[in-house]
Amino acid sequence: MSNTELEIVVDDPTAPEENSPAVVATGVVDVVASLLLLALAAVLGWDNWRTGASWDSTGPQPGYFPFYLSVILGAASLYGLGAAFVSRREAAETFVTRAQLRRVMAVFVPTFLFCLATQYLGLYVASFLLIAGFMRLVGKIALWKSLLTAFVFTAAMFVTFDVAFDVIMPKGPLEAALGR
Amino acid sequence: MEAFGLLLHGFAVLLTWKTLLLMMVGLVLGIFVGVLPGLGGPNGVAILLPLTFTMDPTSAIVMLSCIYWGALFGGAITSILFNIPGEAWSVATTFDGYPMAQQGRAAEALTAAFTSSFIGSLVAVLLITFLAPMISSFALKFGPPEFFAVYLLTFCSFVGLGREAKHKTVISMSLGLLLAGVGMDTVSGQLRMTFGSAELLRGINFLVAVIGLFGISEILLTMEERLALRGHAAGISLRVVLSVWKDLPKYWVTLLRSSVIGCWLGITPGGAIAASFMGYNLAKRFAKDQESFGKGRIEGVFAPETAAHASGTSALLPMLALGIPGSGTAAILLGGLMVWGLNPGPLLFVEHKDFVWGLIASMYLGNVVGLVLVLTTVPIFASILRVPFAAVAPMIVVSCAIGAYAIQNAMFDIWLMLGFGVVGYVFKKIGIPLAPFTLALVLGSRAEDAFRLSMIGSGGDMKVFWSNGLVGTITTLAIVLLFWPVIDRAFAGVARLVRPAKA
Repeated sequence: MSNTELEIVVDDPTAPEENSPAVVATGVVDVVASLLLLALAAVLGWDNWRTGASWDSTGPQPGYFPFYLSVILGAASLYGLGAAFVSRREAAETFVTRAQLRRVMAVFVPTFLFCLATQYLGLYVASFLLIAGFMRLVGKIALWKSLLTAFVFTAAMFVTFDVAFDVIMPKGPLEAALGR
Repeated sequence: MEAFGLLLHGFAVLLTWKTLLLMMVGLVLGIFVGVLPGLGGPNGVAILLPLTFTMDPTSAIVMLSCIYWGALFGGAITSILFNIPGEAWSVATTFDGYPMAQQGRAAEALTAAFTSSFIGSLVAVLLITFLAPMISSFALKFGPPEFFAVYLLTFCSFVGLGREAKHKTVISMSLGLLLAGVGMDTVSGQLRMTFGSAELLRGINFLVAVIGLFGISEILLTMEERLALRGHAAGISLRVVLSVWKDLPKYWVTLLRSSVIGCWLGITPGGAIAASFMGYNLAKRFAKDQESFGKGRIEGVFAPETAAHASGTSALLPMLALGIPGSGTAAILLGGLMVWGLNPGPLLFVEHKDFVWGLIASMYLGNVVGLVLVLTTVPIFASILRVPFAAVAPMIVVSCAIGAYAIQNAMFDIWLMLGFGVVGYVFKKIGIPLAPFTLALVLGSRAEDAFRLSMIGSGGDMKVFWSNGLVGTITTLAIVLLFWPVIDRAFAGVARLVRPAKA
């Protein structure tokens, strides 16, 4: 059966280096997340207390159930905060290295810009820009390949959702100019 | 035998060209997302969900469940050929699958994986066919207290039996329940936790959260890793398939044991991950020569794959019968049911017979079609991995955004998705499990309604949860499970005290 054997090799030239320095330790993120969750629990708890978290003649008030959930969330976050301070060993582990963070940002920032562009230019234009830009700038893929892939994918999405399935997406000036 | 007649009716509903075509499309898409790095079962289903919004519910669920089967099959391809488990439950498959591929027995390993997945799913579907109608007709007698007790049992078993740190499971769960409460209160009509924002009035949609948590965060996580890979491409010839199938009866004990483990862990929220490892370890323990495991033994592929698929499939049983999903993917399918205007739970079997039996029949059919499809098309799918991630990543982002927007036609949901993407990324890295969050978000409002209705019924007396034998048993069991780690340790302590005395 080895006549069909064939190696598949894919390289990752921009892979994050192994020895990149750590940006932040897991313990620190753990503490920050616990603090944020604690704050969230306090805000939601306060809001539910205001809505009414006790009992009246018809049973529990609207805020009752979520109020006690905020208490549970707050307690668990407090416990997490304490646990994070106690376990020093785990705290020293790397949350993300600098090289990794750079790669994550290389996806996150374009995604953020894409959401922004969707709001003003419509989803299809934004998606064309995202795919073409990402392939060209992050993936270092030939310009014509990037533009072609972006166009084909965007057009396929448009036909699938807007034409065939009638799922309407946010649109912008370009679609307006084309009369869709 | 009523179930059998209804099942035949289900097949009759399905056997149209349109449905079969949808099935193929779903399977191909599913294998595609299963093979791609950084995507898998729940992500694939979440991202492709919006495709189904305009279909009728039966076609939609057929396509979605086929995407799910496809993703399960696809995970095995990368585990065996590239030593990259697409999903956590495929990890155990790499132990023996990859060594087999290295020895030039890739085709054999793939056939074994696909066949055993098929067997595992089939056993679980058989279980669903006969057990689900019984459970649901039993559950029709449930009132609000019983339902709340069952929800409580689900939540408590996650906390008590989960492997993660307990407080992290509690954080994830209470956060999910809280976010489920945002927006208009269904009982009193009052606004909660909206802080005057018109966007929050609609509440936080479950599917938007899922697309962000699983889709976007997974891309961020994938980028952190080195994406280079090296592996084998293999075609499967009919001769190999037949020779593996001929040997199949020899391994019936392994297959049966793994199926049982899988079904059990799928119905209780133990999950496919635990099932695959347990299946593998037990096969190893009962084997005569344990040394040969990990060096390319075919049983090492059979055992985890059967268990993982039996578990992944039987997770749909509690979803169909009780409206409680047994896994993350089942929770997303449940979210889909609600979008199509179906109310999950025992009434489904009464009110939407066509739908339920169509779904169950599609599980049989989807598995058969899927098995044939993967066996014939493996080389094509293996080469998908050559497509650079820089081209795949932005397409996934766009699909996620389309999905998030399509649910409620709200731009705000796209931003919410992005936010959940970041939250999911951080949570995964600091070890806060996402499955309880998903489950809580989808069940939250129904759990609360059940609680409040039982409180209104009893006049605010908590004793209603022990008012009869059934509800009392479930509630007590829930509390036992919640404190299971403590109880377990206490038992172990007692046993240790007793044993030296005997010796």
